[in-house]
Amino acid sequence: MYKYFLRYVISVLFLLGISGQANAEFKVGFVYVGPTGDHGWTYQHDEGRKAVEAAGIKTTYVESVPEGADAERVIRQLAQSGHDLIFTTSFGYMDPTNKVAKDFPNVKFEHATGYKREHSNVSTYSARFYEGRTLLGHMAGKMTKTNVIGYIASFPIPEVIRGINAMTLAAQKVNPDIKTKIVWVFTWYDPGKESEAAQALIDQGADIIMQHTDSTAPVQVAEKAGVWSFGQASDMQRFAPKSILTSIIDDWAPYYVERSIAARDGTWKQQDTWHGLKEGMVAMAPYNSAMGSDLVKEVEQLQKDLASGKTHSFTGPIYDQKGNILVAAGSVADDGMLAGMNVYVKGVEGDIPQ
Amino acid sequence: MEALLIKVEKRNDVSPSIYFLTPVLAIFLTLIGGAIIFYVLGFNPIEALKFFFITPISDLYGLSELLVKATPLCLIAIGLSFCFKSNNWNIGAEGQLIFGGIVGGGVALLFYGHEGFYVLPIIILSGAIGGMIFAMIPAILKTYFNTNEILVSLMLVYVAKLLLDYLVVGPWSNPEGFNFPETRQFSESARMPILFDGLRIHAGIFITLATVFLSWLILYKTYLGFQIKVSGLSLKTAKYAGYKGKTMIIIVFVISGACAGLAGVGEITGPIGQLHRNISPDYGFTAIIVAFLGRLNPVGIIFASLVVALTYLGAETAQIFLQVPKYTGQVFQGMILFFLLGSDYLLFFKIKFLGLRKNEL
Repeated sequence: MYKYFLRYVISVLFLLGISGQANAEFKVGFVYVGPTGDHGWTYQHDEGRKAVEAAGIKTTYVESVPEGADAERVIRQLAQSGHDLIFTTSFGYMDPTNKVAKDFPNVKFEHATGYKREHSNVSTYSARFYEGRTLLGHMAGKMTKTNVIGYIASFPIPEVIRGINAMTLAAQKVNPDIKTKIVWVFTWYDPGKESEAAQALIDQGADIIMQHTDSTAPVQVAEKAGVWSFGQASDMQRFAPKSILTSIIDDWAPYYVERSIAARDGTWKQQDTWHGLKEGMVAMAPYNSAMGSDLVKEVEQLQKDLASGKTHSFTGPIYDQKGNILVAAGSVADDGMLAGMNVYVKGVEGDIPQ
Repeated sequence: MEALLIKVEKRNDVSPSIYFLTPVLAIFLTLIGGAIIFYVLGFNPIEALKFFFITPISDLYGLSELLVKATPLCLIAIGLSFCFKSNNWNIGAEGQLIFGGIVGGGVALLFYGHEGFYVLPIIILSGAIGGMIFAMIPAILKTYFNTNEILVSLMLVYVAKLLLDYLVVGPWSNPEGFNFPETRQFSESARMPILFDGLRIHAGIFITLATVFLSWLILYKTYLGFQIKVSGLSLKTAKYAGYKGKTMIIIVFVISGACAGLAGVGEITGPIGQLHRNISPDYGFTAIIVAFLGRLNPVGIIFASLVVALTYLGAETAQIFLQVPKYTGQVFQGMILFFLLGSDYLLFFKIKFLGLRKNEL
């Protein structure tokens, strides 16, 4: 009996809440995993949010939301307080996002980097960062003197493995002798750990440092040590002006603006988006002229070819570490294979931590 | 050379009512301090405080969330009160929580696919034992090797965190989860029963309430409680009375560890439902504030845990509605502790100004 009563009370409260918001203006909410000042992942998402504001749509953000029990409450509060579209920008928000989406069928949800779309009001989106890694590999292969490329990796998930492989394949193409050395730091953002990893790689002979983590620490270490480096997520050039050859930039702004307008105008549909250089979700910061104008031209051409589809980051023949064929000569890896990538290609040192 | 002479004297006559009223005063001062901060940041202080302290609990969902948040804080703080009362400085409740979560979560994964009423009690029990074992380490090292329990318990937090990292990345990661650092979702019978549809408040609150009651019994109605209290007031007296100091150190750590372990297992079987790297937003450390704000008293701790839980929720709502920076919540927690310790000092010590005197160098 009391259960029905309670349900009644809750639904009345919900209705009051909804009716209070009935004519409220269209609002978009953002949930961030880090602080907006991280100059990496969250910073770029917040740049995207600012673009939505600039397009005349009101936005709200909540930063540094832990991926544990708190995420669900924050997402729910955004939904309850009249936000019509909510972007949850970290993998760990996948289950809470789907859970809240079930209870708010009229609110649209967009989850970054996840794979679960359990309700029709949940979309997922991510970027083909590996295309940027191919360009990095090309430059690294040409610029290295020691033939050792140092790679600071976060977690052994397909997205990170894909980046390592794409970079290694492109570097091998221009320099068959290169080796990729990896340090796993098991964090997305920890300047201390990242700089230790960068130093360790330099000590092991790496003269190129690249990172799949978000702080500016590795490029700063590289700058001090006098080796080349690449920025991650945002243009980190000003943190290591001599060392940085370019940065892979995550540009969420066009997608956020497009989806926000679609939701406002009622044309929003569920989808799974995976955009790359072509659509501009992955962009490259200006190339460092220190690498010579010939190489800059080469890389710019490669960037155009990747964007147009003339070149693919994973073109066969591709072998795994043991020499088994992964992608046959003449064909390219399909998205399914890329999405679940779980082995290193030949030329990467070590094993994937399991 | 002249100097202002200040003499600090201990007061011997602190009335109990004032002793329990100072936390209330501390909260009041925090509100005033908070209003000033909001004003300086350019927000309307009254409106900001309303979003901070009233909006989060103005509906059933908010109240339920307050209890979800307060449950682990209260549980850990109760356990810590045993340690702190007897002058044992267990700073590593966070590690004990995580280790309890690891053991409980491991058992939950072992029972993956099993359904049955017996599953959850076994998980809860193993979580408590896990926390207990982890708390025994600083206790035994202290009693037999005279190590500093503050350092040992604190450093063990990192051990527990790294162990959890290793497990969720490696051997325990979800085989269908694309290597993402998390385990499978526990099966239904490994989850805390939800009390009301649509709310997240779960049966863990009964464990907390039972623990509060038991603690009150032990602390105020048993010989052990008396021993704990005496050792806290004067170690020499305790020794003179012939209390077994070593056994007591181990007992208080075991109780404290069990509580933290229970809190951990409550989180993973309650709102989270799996193991991953962020099972606790530093509940084990925040609970230290809760324990002192609650005057190491079971009833006081209940209220303190609600107040501190509210600062978390308030920080979120204030950010959503006013875009107040998220870290104001931590500023509020810091202010509460600051004002509490400050008023405590004035409560227990008299400050006498002796005027200006000539210093003889």
